[in-house]
Amino acid sequence: MLHDRDRIFTNLYGERPWTLDAARRRGDWDGTGDLVLKGRDWLVKEMKESGLRGRGGAGFPTGLKWSFMPKQSAGPVYLVVNADESEPGTCKDREIIRNEPHKLIEGCLLAGAAMWCTAGYIYIRGEFVQEARILQAAIDEAYAAGLIGRNACGSGYDFELYLHRGAGAYICGEETGLLESLEGKKGQPRLKPPFPAAVGLYGRPTTVNNVETIAVAPTIFRRGAAWFAGLGRPGNTGTKIFCISGHVNQPCTVEEEMGIPLKTLLEKHAGGVRGGWDNLLAVIPGGSSVPLLPKEICDTVKMDFDSLREVQSGLGTAGVIVMDRSTDIVKAIARLSKFYMHESCGQCTPCREGTGWLWRMMERMARGEAETAEIDQLLDVTKEIEGHTICALGDAAAWPVQGLIRHFRPELERRIRDHKLARRAAA
Amino acid sequence: MPKLTIDGQLVEVPPGSTVLQACEAAGREIPVFCFHPRLNIAGNCRMCLVEVEKSPKPQASCALPAADGMVVRTDSPAVHKARRGVLELLLINHPLDCPICDQGGECDLQDLTLFYGPDKSRFQENKRPVADKYLGPLISTHMTRCIHCTRCIRFLNEVAGVEELGAVHRGEHMEITTWIEAALTSELSGNIVDLCPVGALNSKPYEYRARTWELKKTESVDVLDAVGSSIRIDSRGNEVMRILPRLHEEVNEEWLSDKSRFAADGLKKRRLDVPILRRGGRLEPVDWRTALAAVAERIRATPPERIAILLGDQVDCETMVLARELAARIGTPHLDCRQDGAALGSEPRAQYLFNTTIAGIEQADLCLLVGTDPRHEAALVNARIRKRWRRGGFQVARIGVPADLTYPVEELGLGPQTLADLAQGRHSFAERLAAAGRPMLILGAGAVARPDGAAVLAQAHALAERAGLVREGWNGFNLLHTAAARVGGLELGLLPGPGGRDVAGVLAGIEAGAIELVLSIGVEEIEPKRLEKAFVVHLGTHGDRTAPIASAILPGAAWTEKNATWVNTEGRPQRGRLAVFPPGEAKEDWRILRALSEAAGLGVPLDTLEAVRARMVELAPQLGEVDRIRPAGWGSFGRPGPVEAAPFRSPVADFYRTCAITRASAVMAECSALAAARVQPATGTHG
Amino acid sequence: MSAAPGRKTPHGAMAPDVASFAFTPENLEAARAILARYPAGRQASAVLPLLHLAQAQHGGWLPRAALDHVAEFLGMPRIRVYEVASFYDMYNTEPVGRVQVRVCTTTPCWLCGSDGVLKAAREVLGCEPGESSPDGRFFLREFECLGACANAPVLWVDDEFYEDLTYESAKAVLEALVRGERPTPGPQSGRKGSMPAGGKTTLLEVGE
Repeated sequence: MLHDRDRIFTNLYGERPWTLDAARRRGDWDGTGDLVLKGRDWLVKEMKESGLRGRGGAGFPTGLKWSFMPKQSAGPVYLVVNADESEPGTCKDREIIRNEPHKLIEGCLLAGAAMWCTAGYIYIRGEFVQEARILQAAIDEAYAAGLIGRNACGSGYDFELYLHRGAGAYICGEETGLLESLEGKKGQPRLKPPFPAAVGLYGRPTTVNNVETIAVAPTIFRRGAAWFAGLGRPGNTGTKIFCISGHVNQPCTVEEEMGIPLKTLLEKHAGGVRGGWDNLLAVIPGGSSVPLLPKEICDTVKMDFDSLREVQSGLGTAGVIVMDRSTDIVKAIARLSKFYMHESCGQCTPCREGTGWLWRMMERMARGEAETAEIDQLLDVTKEIEGHTICALGDAAAWPVQGLIRHFRPELERRIRDHKLARRAAA
Repeated sequence: MPKLTIDGQLVEVPPGSTVLQACEAAGREIPVFCFHPRLNIAGNCRMCLVEVEKSPKPQASCALPAADGMVVRTDSPAVHKARRGVLELLLINHPLDCPICDQGGECDLQDLTLFYGPDKSRFQENKRPVADKYLGPLISTHMTRCIHCTRCIRFLNEVAGVEELGAVHRGEHMEITTWIEAALTSELSGNIVDLCPVGALNSKPYEYRARTWELKKTESVDVLDAVGSSIRIDSRGNEVMRILPRLHEEVNEEWLSDKSRFAADGLKKRRLDVPILRRGGRLEPVDWRTALAAVAERIRATPPERIAILLGDQVDCETMVLARELAARIGTPHLDCRQDGAALGSEPRAQYLFNTTIAGIEQADLCLLVGTDPRHEAALVNARIRKRWRRGGFQVARIGVPADLTYPVEELGLGPQTLADLAQGRHSFAERLAAAGRPMLILGAGAVARPDGAAVLAQAHALAERAGLVREGWNGFNLLHTAAARVGGLELGLLPGPGGRDVAGVLAGIEAGAIELVLSIGVEEIEPKRLEKAFVVHLGTHGDRTAPIASAILPGAAWTEKNATWVNTEGRPQRGRLAVFPPGEAKEDWRILRALSEAAGLGVPLDTLEAVRARMVELAPQLGEVDRIRPAGWGSFGRPGPVEAAPFRSPVADFYRTCAITRASAVMAECSALAAARVQPATGTHG
Repeated sequence: MSAAPGRKTPHGAMAPDVASFAFTPENLEAARAILARYPAGRQASAVLPLLHLAQAQHGGWLPRAALDHVAEFLGMPRIRVYEVASFYDMYNTEPVGRVQVRVCTTTPCWLCGSDGVLKAAREVLGCEPGESSPDGRFFLREFECLGACANAPVLWVDDEFYEDLTYESAKAVLEALVRGERPTPGPQSGRKGSMPAGGKTTLLEVGE
């Protein structure tokens, strides 16, 4: 269990002001110039040793990602922060932006220094109007205090930071879709290779990191990689903000240690499952894109990247969606299928055509208006989408349905049977 | 050179190749929809997925750079499953209307489904209907059939340079549209019909009129501009149903201008299909014997020095050989193939050729346009300039009236004075011209057809000398013609003989009563009023401008109706082929002149096409080398003199209506009206 | 020559349009400030923020004239702006009520009762999702996940989130809006941010 002294986001609930003064009292912007002066190699090495894995969902090692940026580059190099938080079940970046914006801004400066970025853009989803206002005000404060911009923190390093508002498209959370959007186009993901580290924003080397990833960086640098790596377990180190929604007594966001048992997480911080643990039906542990877990797995599973992968799901964004026994599980997943259909950019065939088909089949499944053989057909269609698309949205659309069939096939069969019986009775 | 293993076979491909190209090099066919070798890679159809060792997911081979040591599988169960999956997903919302779809029989979706697709549908839901879009008079849309490959969008953005088509909305609601229901304004728009792999975009004039398998396909060349695009004429019975481009890398690649593609309906309208004589002020149909006898009688009765022969813009070389022989036997020196009055001579040839060649544009690093609007005078030459510009390191400057050419152009000045300044090094641009590695100048045909044309030509020559446009292995001097017949006429020397009158001289002669009889061979661009005092014998295809003032009309064959030779602006001789027969009693032009010579007792001894062509090669040996360009020697040309202040203006004021055929075309008329309305909107929100 | 045919809506009708659009002097200044955030030659990047500005200026939707104005301002082909305006959920390209009411109905909100919020919205505003209220003041939509799932269900009105709603509290918020009041945004349950409702379980020993 994480001690308060090891928590990074001490103003997670906005109990105190977000402003620079208050942030400084919390320890932000403390000796930042010295950290910049420790140099690029030190920053990247420290980040690698901390074991931090990207907090946006894919869990790619952050230090390694930073090391992909070219050592020398004539011309601009960019840091882009992904604040397009849109994964259903996820609401952590919002809390960072509105309550701890200076952690994010300081993290931008340090990440920028680690990759010699000339400028950073924070891409915030358009719906976060108030959050964008706060973040812009915090950026203005940081500029006014000489913390960013020319000779940031007196370090001699020049770093410009801009805020950019999106306009409502989940796909802009995909890093290359985000870059397209930032360039003023539709947010349609790019083909890879080339990867952003080679050809990113405006064709220049670019690293895209999640808000939480960047916001934890200053504390890691200040307290040392060893401290961060000492939390959690190897490969799954540090702390993590969990967002707990759905059928718990007290939904909340909370910063906890990586690897905390799911049951502990829910019972200690979220007041437990509505109606008691035994009333639990299933949990989507990492945002809507990862397959759900039935109760028997939830009893024991730990909340980290590798533990969740072992049970064919994932930590994703750590958006924990809890469903109790009152839940119409098929409808809950069908609603996610609708989400992916709505958010498909339309660019490539499997996702554009397949997500709509999945949703329509899922709607029939929810009502039982299907043949039993169609369950396998549904699974087959998810396989036609999965792995065949330009970006991961295809996979994200496929996995929730696959998870449902994997763990709740009898429920699907029961509905089809009941529907047939009801029709026969009516006839 | 990366070496890859494709299905167990080792292949080596040039650096920069894609896996798709490597697979093709290994003889494996990879099915594609969105991929097109002349367009940017989109990678969106996902049809070309292959398995690559060490890659957890199948990869889109069209977008994946080939790397050394890659091991690729194109025939594994996973690949087949992926292809079947993509096809199933493409088909779920695709209508089952193949029997009434114009693309039927030449549809990529049909073909690939047959090879790789599922044999039955598992789709129980309702199909997605999509509203059709208005793209103008040339392209009809059936958007439920669209598979969103975006080839059309990419073509217009990249090749045509007219960004008007896009994909709006997202996900399954994504639609290809202009959004504002306005006609496309590109003069290359018809190419998106060819590019569309399904029946979403069709040729509006051709739609529902024929099936591909009932068409006779004749390979020919286009004559509606001087580019000489390779075309395929699809006919049924004696009717041209449609015209499509044919691949010619050095000329039109695989594109065709809208005029060349869509003017074919003009072949059926206002045709001259019987010989006609003017009797007592009225035009009366007569038989050939009567017509030829009457014309022959008139020729015999007229002193040779009072007879002139003028030739139009689409006359084939064979006909010109006969015209030349006829003039010689009549004994008149008044012969001219330049109905526009261009001040071009026949020697040296470099003065009237596009010496750099069209493909050679891609080697240039600077282009100076003088008195030309290539976009409307030679749309595919313009496309080539744009292609070169897109690659970067290329500057384009212009002397002449500004017009949007789809790439940035530096404006140097409006008229000949700027050219003169440049030729004398008095213009700042001269330095950049001198510094260029492979500079080219394109002189418009209109610039030398002005009263000061000879002086303009001389200035262009001076500039070419000063800037070193012609050097070892590079000739950067170019004349861009608008008439398909012009180069052939100049190659064959259809110019005034000693003491002969040129076009202007002939017209003045008519006015002064010195010229009594004019044989107009396809002349349509001379103000009819200036001809009407003469006895005009008009050999033509259409009741266009000249026929109404003619005293005798001899109905000839349009370019789709004869086997004949044309020479494009580069000096490339090409053969057109007969696809359909001339209408009614109309005949191939050279045969008409042959018959006329006989009727007049002039006895031109050329009785067969072979004999005519043999004579043609005697007169101009280079014309015997079909599809080859004989480089022209350099020398002096033009006639120094004062130039006028008037700005250079393109001779093509209306791209869609430049000849008798296009003026007869209802399709072109509609395009023309739309274009005119765009220039001068009568109403609207932006006035 | 008649005027160019108007744009068709997905339903085939011609979308109403306005004769002209231009940024107000204040918005013009704001637009220039936005433009300064992007490198020279990359002004297309400003298209999203500028469309936000234009939509706000024009009362919640973007007529074609506004899209064309933005295209011209940024030197972009118009079709590229049309694509963007149609792609992103926050832009309306057809006339809608000035006050934008969006109910999140994605799974986390649905689990916590977004059906009730939607019901309240239907009842109070008197229209279905995708429609404007009969008085034309409000535009009601279902929206995808708004990123406030620990405070589900969520109602998003113009610039503010109303959170932790029930049918009753949603009704109260909407009725206040209809009366022209500006109810306090945030969790309607009274809790602080996304802190557990029963009191925080962490950050107990963190001092001021």
